[in-house]
Amino acid sequence: MANAPLLELRDVHVHYGVIEAVRGINLTVNEGEVVTLIGGNGAGKTTTLRAISMVHGPSHGQILFRGEDITTLQSHKVVQKGIIQVPEGRHIFPNMSVAENLEMGAFQRTVARKQLDQELDHIFGLFPRLKERRKQMGGTLSGGEQQMLAIGRALMAKPVILMLDEPSMGLAPQVVELVFEVIAQVNADGVPILLIEQNAQMALQAAKRGYVIETGEIVLEDEARSLLGNDRVRKAYLGEE
Amino acid sequence: MDCNTGLLGPTFVQGLLLGFIYALIALGYTMVYGVLKLINFAHDAVFMIGGVAAFYVIGQWFGLTDPFTGVGLILVLVAVLVIGGLASSGGAVLLERAAYRPLRKRHAARLSYLISAIGASFFATYLFQQSFLLGPGKRSFPHVMTTEKAFEIFGSRVNNKGVLIIVTVIVCLVLLDRLINQTKTGRSIRALSEDVVAAQLMGVNVTRVIVMTFAIGGFFGGIASALYSLQFGNVVWNMGFIPGVKAFTAAVLGGIGNIRGAMLGGLLLGLIENMSVVCLGNQWSDVVAFVVLPLMLILRPTGILGERIGG
Ligand SMILES: Nc1ncnc2c1ncn2[C@@H]1O[C@H](COP(=O)(O)OP(=O)(O)OP(=O)(O)O)[C@@H](O)[C@H]1O
Ligand SMILES: [Mg+2]
Repeated sequence: MANAPLLELRDVHVHYGVIEAVRGINLTVNEGEVVTLIGGNGAGKTTTLRAISMVHGPSHGQILFRGEDITTLQSHKVVQKGIIQVPEGRHIFPNMSVAENLEMGAFQRTVARKQLDQELDHIFGLFPRLKERRKQMGGTLSGGEQQMLAIGRALMAKPVILMLDEPSMGLAPQVVELVFEVIAQVNADGVPILLIEQNAQMALQAAKRGYVIETGEIVLEDEARSLLGNDRVRKAYLGEE
Repeated sequence: MDCNTGLLGPTFVQGLLLGFIYALIALGYTMVYGVLKLINFAHDAVFMIGGVAAFYVIGQWFGLTDPFTGVGLILVLVAVLVIGGLASSGGAVLLERAAYRPLRKRHAARLSYLISAIGASFFATYLFQQSFLLGPGKRSFPHVMTTEKAFEIFGSRVNNKGVLIIVTVIVCLVLLDRLINQTKTGRSIRALSEDVVAAQLMGVNVTRVIVMTFAIGGFFGGIASALYSLQFGNVVWNMGFIPGVKAFTAAVLGGIGNIRGAMLGGLLLGLIENMSVVCLGNQWSDVVAFVVLPLMLILRPTGILGERIGG
């Protein structure tokens, strides 16, 4: 299918036991785009991303990647397709060094040592802080450093699409800025991005299109610029009266 | 308390040898715990299968029941160890398939795994008690090696079987350390042990890694079983029970989930229980071994080295 979106969710439902956390959402990400999914606590954002990665798959509906249904795949197969996620809470391997964590990012690829070192250098170029700490254990890094590491590790997977779950959470303003700069740079290199955020202002400024999710349902979808001007969004997510 | 210091040397040697064997078995407990966060209570049955398989293949099929020397001895010993390792490894993989995976697929509660594992262990153990397999009594292990004094330390003898145990276990530990820290399989085992979700998001095939972990842990358990059978000269259907519980204790002592901890815990437990004989008398050694477990759980629940799989 030549004109199929890169990633498409069709009527996706996700259950935790009897609880339905995501109730039939439709969402697309096209080549080259930054798309954001915003919503409050417990709206179902993380659940949606975990479903896409098949860490906790949908109970109903389809997730299509380049037109192919991936809901029949196991999580490692989804990763092999280049669908890469920076998870909420970072999930750094605590007893692996910074360098080892980054190398885990390239786990499913076969890369020669020399190439791997070049790729590590590229990540260290994006996040010089990580270079200083390359031998330090992941579990001993600060929150900001862990977020840089989580993003660096995801980039080591050579994503075809990169999904980030609240990358700005709990970070100092300078680090948030750095993170958004790197996201913009990755996108400029041609990688489409699905960005989940509670920081709606920054997310909508970075994105081309946006979706608003409330209690498991998409309640709004539009160009990011229009959403920034939308009354409902301004009241609920941008803290305006 | 009367202490018989004359026993210090011999009990040290005996403790060291048993400790090496416990260490090898403890690896299986600790590695499976690492990836599943569950104690594999059927590892005692997995252990038993190794010695029993070597008994069948070497003794019954090939009828090699007379002592070998020289190169022949080395070959037959390697065969005994490899058969033991492969048989237990196969047993462990079957166990994962039959007793664990169906529960994992259904996201079962932790207690279900425990019950399933104990059931599987009883099944395998009592299966071998049946008369069409081992039967209820001890069966003598093929006498492929005579016992000869090899050297002396601290005024006590170490025989050739002791040397075999020490050399084999050290080789196994070095190989495992390499495997865990330097291979892709090892990295995936460490990743899964540290963070399941992150491992999945890196593209680790969780089911495959779990199977590999059972296979590797089972392999070392089977080698330990072959060594144990050679050392004591027989196999019996319930031979896994005591070494199993001791090795489990050793794994907790060193820090469950921690590979180096399992090695350390095994050695310490072997030494503690055997050297307690110096002051307490023979009948106390098992008691001492099992007092170590609750003491450790009270004083330092994470074990000596804490929970952590890699190096
Ligand atoms: N493992 C789980 N078991 C049961 N319910 C869960 C589980 N994970 C999430 N939920 C529930 O599903 C709903 C959606 O949760 P989710 O984590 O997807 O929200 P979110 O939009 O990511 O929120 P936040 O912004 O706080 O991260 C919540 O009501 C949550 O309580
Ligand atoms: Mg979330």
